[in-house]
Amino acid sequence: MTTDHVTSDHAVDIDRHVRVYITVFVVLMVLTIITVAISYLHLPVAAAVSVALLVATVKGSLVACYFMHLISEKKLIYAVLLLTIVFFAALLALPVVTHGNGFWIHE
Amino acid sequence: MSDPAAVVVPKGSKAHVAHEVHHEELGFWRKYVFSTDHKVIGIQYGITGLLFLFFGFSLMMLMRWQLAYPGAAIPLLGTLFGEARMPGGTMLPDFYNELGAMHGTIMVFLGVVPVAVGGFGNFVLPLQIGAQDMAFPRLNMASYWFFFLGGVTMLASFFVPGGAAQSGWTSYAPLSVLATGGQTWWLIGMIFLITSSLLGAVNFITTTIQLRAKGLTFMRFPFFVWAQFVTAFLLLLAFPPLEAAGIMQLMDRLAGTSFFLPTGLVVSGQVVANAGGGNPLLWQHLFWFLAHPEVYVLILPAMGIVAEIIANNTRKPLWGYRSMVWSLVFLGFMSFIVWAHHMFMTGMGTAMATFFQTTTMIISIPSVVILTALLLSLWGASIRINTPMLFALGFLPMFGIGGLTGLPLGLNVADIPLHDTYYVIAHFHYVVAPGTIFALFAGVYYWFPKATGRRMNETLGKIHFAGSFICMNVIFMPMFMLGLAGVSRRLFDGGASYDFAQPVLHLNVVSSWGAWILAIFQLPFIFNFFWSIWKGEKVGDNPWQATTIEWAAPSPPPHGNFAVAPEAHRGPYEYSVPGAPRDFLPQHEA
Amino acid sequence: MDIPYTVEIRRDTGLTNGKIGIWLFLASEVMLFGALFASYILIRTGATTWPRGDSILNVPLATFNTLVLISSSVTMVMAWASLMRGRLGTFRMYMGATVLLGFVFLVVKYFEYSHKFHDELFPSTNNFLAIYFTLTGLHMLHVIGGMAVNAYLLGPGSKLWKTNPVWFTNRVENSGLFWHFVDLVWIFLFPTLYLL
Repeated sequence: MTTDHVTSDHAVDIDRHVRVYITVFVVLMVLTIITVAISYLHLPVAAAVSVALLVATVKGSLVACYFMHLISEKKLIYAVLLLTIVFFAALLALPVVTHGNGFWIHE
Repeated sequence: MSDPAAVVVPKGSKAHVAHEVHHEELGFWRKYVFSTDHKVIGIQYGITGLLFLFFGFSLMMLMRWQLAYPGAAIPLLGTLFGEARMPGGTMLPDFYNELGAMHGTIMVFLGVVPVAVGGFGNFVLPLQIGAQDMAFPRLNMASYWFFFLGGVTMLASFFVPGGAAQSGWTSYAPLSVLATGGQTWWLIGMIFLITSSLLGAVNFITTTIQLRAKGLTFMRFPFFVWAQFVTAFLLLLAFPPLEAAGIMQLMDRLAGTSFFLPTGLVVSGQVVANAGGGNPLLWQHLFWFLAHPEVYVLILPAMGIVAEIIANNTRKPLWGYRSMVWSLVFLGFMSFIVWAHHMFMTGMGTAMATFFQTTTMIISIPSVVILTALLLSLWGASIRINTPMLFALGFLPMFGIGGLTGLPLGLNVADIPLHDTYYVIAHFHYVVAPGTIFALFAGVYYWFPKATGRRMNETLGKIHFAGSFICMNVIFMPMFMLGLAGVSRRLFDGGASYDFAQPVLHLNVVSSWGAWILAIFQLPFIFNFFWSIWKGEKVGDNPWQATTIEWAAPSPPPHGNFAVAPEAHRGPYEYSVPGAPRDFLPQHEA
Repeated sequence: MDIPYTVEIRRDTGLTNGKIGIWLFLASEVMLFGALFASYILIRTGATTWPRGDSILNVPLATFNTLVLISSSVTMVMAWASLMRGRLGTFRMYMGATVLLGFVFLVVKYFEYSHKFHDELFPSTNNFLAIYFTLTGLHMLHVIGGMAVNAYLLGPGSKLWKTNPVWFTNRVENSGLFWHFVDLVWIFLFPTLYLL
């Protein structure tokens, strides 16, 4: 296979990418500190869970979109992930199915 | 923004196929044992899987003696199992449970799926899409060896103190958590098997999408390819929750956790000294989250095989190909949201029961569409009768019975008297035994000429079919009656100790004799298979005058499959096209 | 035999085999960790009492570990970017940093675990600890696996750069996808177990 790789156009592309990586890195660090700080407030359970999950989702999305390049990925990958998310949601329904509607009697 | 790493190869990618000039001569071990060639791996899976099928069947044949003649010593074989399991040749209840749990586990995970997916999928898929091999040949080899390791682990578990797993193939907690050492081996074996399947699924999906021939669009795929493609997604996404559950059960057994052990559990008068707080239902949910899609893993490849053989032997295209394909996809998707119909009796409320019985009724629709399309494909056809076609035709009513009898089980209220009875056993065996396994036999007879360049003997094949068809029905039809009479499954004595069961107990004898005679009818198959490898009638590349691309390769295909990369010029089943010079137009012919 | 689309993309999908393969594998990993998260929710919501994460676990240490893992994700993607720029030396530096940071993560986890054991806190003690050890233990196995692959690419695997730099770059990218996923799981694990 020939070693025909990086042209100067690609190099410019990468520079832009790298700037994004550094920015995302800083945002991730900040969000980590924020989520820990909020935990010290000892919010009521529902609020605590919502905020923590929200921050985690934002952080996770940044990692997925920019480090994993999902923001510019191909349709096929999106399709596979969409399917996965649907079944992941089905999995998360397990606790609902169990505890909802008188399924499992607590002592 | 486009992928900066993209380097597009110019047209003329056919050139790389000709690199066969450079391939090194491999030694015996690299060519036949540690091979990365999908055909060798497919045969490895196929033969290993068939051996496990016969082994799993043998376990059942032992059990059938105890069921037909509870408490009687087994003649001849009774002395082989030692005093711990069969004192004086009579089976102990724990040994019965061992045989039962391992029969199910081996048939499903070491027999049917490895043959249907690992065997036929590996051998046929790349050939049918015109590829040289799988996308990841070394990963493919790894998949086989993980399967092999899993099989060895399962077999070895028979020899540990306390014997093999004996809590059903379903391994329900808390029984399984508290069971003897063999259960740990079961869990470890399952982790190997799951790994094998996951790696295989990645390979199948990538290969199907990326390595299909030029002109082979998705809607020109043979139905077999679609079936394997959907099956691979089921394996990929449904197995991991069972792996998670397996890890948690291992933690419960080895690290003393209580994921599945409820608080205050008392066994034989003793309080179980665990922290408690666990939920046995969690195991059931995670298990069935896999095991329901798993049953579609068992049937989909079979439908694929039957579809190929029916199209070929009716000399006409499949009826309703598009509806069959969409049904497959819909079925695969729905299979993830019906699992709790296996749990109707666990105390769920009406809302949940309503949801799951609704999805279960809906999922029967695509199954019926596929079966009906296959039946309609026979209408107005010039049917050729040969052994593969006999098994394929036999599959249809057997799958019909299996499928229809599933309907009352899928309805919450009708399930109440039927749950965990022999009715359930009859239902699923009809689908898997004279269903899937018949399709697997059909596939063996059909693709044997491609793999060996010889055909199997027709007379022996017809004997194999006739005897198997009759015996399968003799074994499983009475079980519907047993179940309707209320006889539970997994009873060590087949219901003999229950008054209400007395009028139907004789049916156990009928089933048992059916099973033993079925075994005898497998002998012509085993003999035929091995004899034909060396002495079978030699045939050309396309003895069935089939249209799909695998028949364009030599029989057997060399490493790399095709001298020149094939191109697809038409659909997969262009049989009896009006005005054509012969009654079939191969997919790859210009 | 040259399997097509190992190095170059297939035009209609725009992807290499390896890229599809790794994403499919990650999809299965989502289901694996998802099942454990669902189990966590099921057990916790069914429990009569449940300790707050920070009452048992060391939050500052885990926060540090979180920052370590996020940093290793950045160095990982920078390693790939270096290869895209044709700089093998810079690649080695960033990949080395990634492996090193992974090692730091493991060392911290070692201290966390041994401290727990020292305080007689085992998986069998209660369900919170059971799920904590299981989730972080499985995650740790993935960290080790990722580190092994990265170490290989840093070491003997890097020979491929001389003969097929595009293929090598793709391998690093795909390994990076796995490593980012491991980071992603931790991003959810950390608040779930330690902060709630």
